Parts: sequence; C-alpha cells; structure tokens
Amino acid sequence: MADIALKTGTARAAPPDVSAWQRLRANKNWLGLWFMLPTAAFLILFLAYPLGLGVWLSFTDSRLGRGGVFVGLENYIFLWDDSVFWLSVFNTILYTTVASVIKFAIGLYLALLLNEHLPFKAIIRAVVLIPFIVPTVLSAIAFWWLFDPQFSVISWSLRKMGFITENINFLGDPWNARWSVIFANIWRGVPFVAITLLAGLQTVSPSLYEAATLDGASTWQRFRHITYPLLTPIIAVVMTFSVLFTFTDFQLIWVMTRGGPVNATHLMATFSYQRAIMSGYLGEGAAIATAMIPFLLGAILVSWFGLQRRKWQQGGDND
Amino acid sequence: MASVLVSDVRKAFGATQVIHGVDISIEDGEFVVLVGPSGCGKSTLLRMIAGLENITGGEIRIGDRVVNHVPPKERDIAMVFQNYALYPHMTVSANMGFSLRLRNAPKADIDTRVKRAAEILGLVPYLDRFPRQLSGGQRQRVAMGRAIVRDPQVFLFDEPLSNLDAKLRVAMRTEIKELHQRLKTTTVYVTHDQIEAMTMADKIVVMHDGIVEQIGAPLDLYDRPANLFVAGFIGSPSMNFLKGTIRANGSASFEGPHGVKLPLTGTPDAWNGRPAIYGVRPEHFVIADDGAEAEVQVVEPTGSETQVVAKIGGEDIIAVFRERHQFRPGDKVRLRPEIKLVHLFDGEAGQRLSA
Repeated sequence: MADIALKTGTARAAPPDVSAWQRLRANKNWLGLWFMLPTAAFLILFLAYPLGLGVWLSFTDSRLGRGGVFVGLENYIFLWDDSVFWLSVFNTILYTTVASVIKFAIGLYLALLLNEHLPFKAIIRAVVLIPFIVPTVLSAIAFWWLFDPQFSVISWSLRKMGFITENINFLGDPWNARWSVIFANIWRGVPFVAITLLAGLQTVSPSLYEAATLDGASTWQRFRHITYPLLTPIIAVVMTFSVLFTFTDFQLIWVMTRGGPVNATHLMATFSYQRAIMSGYLGEGAAIATAMIPFLLGAILVSWFGLQRRKWQQGGDND
Repeated sequence: MASVLVSDVRKAFGATQVIHGVDISIEDGEFVVLVGPSGCGKSTLLRMIAGLENITGGEIRIGDRVVNHVPPKERDIAMVFQNYALYPHMTVSANMGFSLRLRNAPKADIDTRVKRAAEILGLVPYLDRFPRQLSGGQRQRVAMGRAIVRDPQVFLFDEPLSNLDAKLRVAMRTEIKELHQRLKTTTVYVTHDQIEAMTMADKIVVMHDGIVEQIGAPLDLYDRPANLFVAGFIGSPSMNFLKGTIRANGSASFEGPHGVKLPLTGTPDAWNGRPAIYGVRPEHFVIADDGAEAEVQVVEPTGSETQVVAKIGGEDIIAVFRERHQFRPGDKVRLRPEIKLVHLFDGEAGQRLSA
C-alpha cells in the first residue's frame, strides 16, 4: 500500500527536463482553446460585431451613405422627447404582454390536450405545427387579406350571419389594428409553445400521476401539484424565448400594417427600421434598437433567476 | 386493515386476454406475494386491485366492499412503485405528507404522522431533502413512508426492490418484513424473485401466463409443488427433471433416460408403465454406492456449499452438497435421490402425481 502511494507521488512531480512549451502542448485546456476558436470567431463576427456596431451607431449622427461623428447621447435625448418613440414602446409592451400571456394559456391547453390519448394523435400534432411552418411573410399576407377592409372573409361571414351591417375596419382603426396584429402573432406563436410544452409533459413519468391518483389527487390537483411544478423549468425557457421573439417581432407588422394607422401598431423594431432605413437616420434607428436591449435583458434575467431557484433539479446525483 | 378477495378476475387489453380468471383470497393482515416470470400478469393484477387498471370481468373486494368501480383514491390503499414515483419537486416530508395535505388534514396532524413514519423508517435526518439527494435505499424508504403515513387498509408493492443492488435488496427485504410484523397491515407484494417470495410471504401466489398455478405457504410450495411450473420456479437452483416411465409391479422404481434406474416409493401398481417426470431438488441428492451413475461436468464451490453439474443418463442435473467435495470434471460419482423427497409429475399435463 505504502509502495503504491510512493510511486504515484513521484509520478505526479513534473520531470525537470520538460520545457514549458511541451507542458503547454500536453495541457487539455490549451487544446480546448483551439477547438473553441472557430466558434468564437463565428460568434464575434456575426453576433458581437453587429451588436457592437449597432450600439456605436446609436452614439453617432450617421445617415445612410454618410458616416457620422460621435454625438454622445444626442439621439437618446431626442428620442426621449419623441412621442412616437414612446408610443412604439407602449405598443411593444402591450403586444408582447397580451400575445405572450394568451400564447402561454392556449399553448399549455393544447399541450395538455395533445398529451392525452386522442384518436389521430399524430395527425393532430402535425396540424398544430402548421402555423409555425408557414413562412411568416406568407401568413402575414394571408392575415392582411383576412383583415382587408373590403374583402375580409370575417366581415363577410359576420355580415351574412347578421351580426354586423358594415365591414369591420380591422387595420384602419388604431385599436382594431392593435388587436388584429396581436391575434396574428398569437396564431403564429402558439405551436412553438404547445409543442415545446408537450415535449416537457412527456418527460413526466406516468407513475407520478398514478401515485398522485392513489394519494387522492383530483385531475385539477394532479395538474396543480405535479404537472405544473414539474413543467416550470420548461415554461421558463419557452416563455423567455416567446417573449424575446414577440418583443423583437418585425415581419408580421411590416407586412400587415407598416406600423400604421397613425403609428398605432409600430413596434420598436419596425419603428427603428423605419427611422434607420426608410428615413435614413441610421444613428437614431440604432438608438431605438439599442433601447430594446434593457427590456430583453430584463426578460432573460427573470427567467434566469426563475430557473436558479429550483433546487430540486440539482443536488447530489445518485442515479 | 381489511381482507382482499379476488374472484374470477379477468383482464383483456383489446382482444388479448392477459388474465384468465384468477381467484385469490387474502386474509386481514396477511403478507401475500404474487410471484411469476415477467409477463405473467402479476403487476396487472396488482394494478387492478389498486384501481389503476379496469377489471374486464370478475370481482375484487376490499373488506366487505366490491371495488370494481370504486376510483383508486376511495379504495383506501397505498402503493409502492418499482421506480418509487417520488415527487421530485417535493422534499421528503412533503412527499410523505402529500396525501394528507390533499385531504386538508390539519398541519399539526400531518407533521406528527410524517414524523412518526420517518422515525419508523429512520428518515428523520432526511426530511428536508429532495429525492435527488437520496440514495436508492433511502428513496425506497421514502416511498414506503408515503404509504405508511396514510395508514391504509392495504399496502401494495410493485417489485419495490428490483432497482436496488443485491446487498441492499437483502437488507430492505428484512426491513419490509419487520415493518409488516410491526404494522400488521394487509400487504400484496409483487415480485419476480422467488427468493423474495419465499423469505417474505405468509402466502405465495405463483402466477404464469395469466393464471394462478398454485397458492400456498412458502414451504408448502417448496415441499409439495402442484405442477412442473411451480416445481421449477420455486427453489434455487431449480429442481431437476428427468423424463421416463414408472415401473411398479411389486416394488416400484423409475426408469429414466437411457434406462437409468431411480428409486421410488409408495407408487400404486396401477401406475405401472405410466410416462412421468421425476423431480429431485439439487439439495436432495446424496452420494451413495447404490446411486445412479453420474459424470461430473462442472464443479462450482460457493464456500457454504458445492454445486455440481453432472450427467445422469445423458441429462444435465445439478446437485448441491453441504460438504466440500473435491470432484474434477469427468469423475464418475454415484448419486442417489433421497427417496422420500422425490416429486413425481404426470408426463403430459405436468400435474403432481404422488399423493
């Protein structure tokens, strides 16, 4: 026993004739650094650099086709007094909050439904994914037609059924337009939430439900005490993504309303695009885009701390 | 506590019938083990008693009540699952108290009952831990604790020890048996391990292909197996079977494969010439000059005993000796079955012959 201990002890001490370079070459972390480089280069080039450039532009008075000079917080000070900017902030928060809450509710409901033994389960699951598969622009165009002031099939149906006498001005009235784009966003976003939560539901062992049934839990209590708590980590992830995607939404709005009527549906993303590209005020547009960062960081932090608190997932691994 | 009566219970999944009319009567306070190879229907039967599976036909009674259509939570039973089914997001004490919380029991009451169960199972230091932070044996105990806390009429165990390592399994076996002796709650325990069945049960139910092969006390099953299946299933190593014919005119004997002559006693002359199967447990062979000739194939000393695989009349048999024999492969020995401990089975139906 003592012999063995002695031997490993001598083997551990580095032989003196090995150079620092050779030791570095044998180091696993050094090799790991090289393996990381391609990814790091990719991320720096396509993520960090554009982000940094965007933030930098927000501190300049650049215009399309004309490099600007550093102007400090001038763009932000200007935006602070710009009522359209604040309207876009309000719209974005309304759009994100309402759409995310409803997407979560419908998505969870669908996931629970699809987790049951339904006839034609595979087909129904595939159908649920359709809104997610269709390119956003296409579905936006479809909604544009559905909400058309003259040819809307919704207005037509309601009129035929006698509920209304005149076509609904879906995209022409500020509040109608807001609810219409929110509806389109929900339609598009529900499958992502539903399918991800379904995947989460399927990781819950059926024996937990059986145990809870024997413990006397009703259907609601099984959901409340078993399903929901076990699903929270996935809910946190999926809702973070959902909020991020909704907050930064651009395509749907741009195709359906371009931010109108009278800026009622301008989100920060569309407003930034309009100022930066359509009007050519790159610096100002960049400042609007940069102003989204604190909101997004906030959303990430909420879910980060939500996940951190779940001690039951960590602990010793004895399995 | 209550008795459980299973009468003519059947179960079919679609067109496939998996349980074909099972009758079992379980007395109040009894420890009954359902044992059989995998796929024999023992777990399905347990889940039907629990109410997790519907009953296709027949009747199950718990106490005086027919429970065929009673939902699981009203059956007043508690079940321990093979994978423990502990709620991963609840601490040990919350896991154990969950059923009481659902029933809106007063908090003080829940605490005392959880505490008492934890004391019985040695779980007091772990009450604030989550299942992930426990070892396999501790999780097993929490699962039992969850059952004890409810003080149910019947405990159901579904292969509770099969996820544990061999050593822990033996220890937990003793613990479960002690627990039953202490609480005296009617228990139905499912396992595929006949040693577990033999060591723990008051009464064993041997199941095979959806029917009950035999019901009886462990040693009765060992001493008087009703048929070839039970004879082969109970006991380790398994009983040796030799095919042959009964010879009984005046003095009885058994003509085994290749004309090997084996001793028999108490066989009526009417059975002369009847094809039969001669069963000897490995531990019932003795080395004697008048025994049948056997050629040693493999010798496996385990320390406490010596297992010898040998050929009698061209058939492999296993003999177990308490003594340490120094046989070598190829040695010729003479093995004689202890005549009073021989089992005879019908050559076709496999039913036990001797009275």
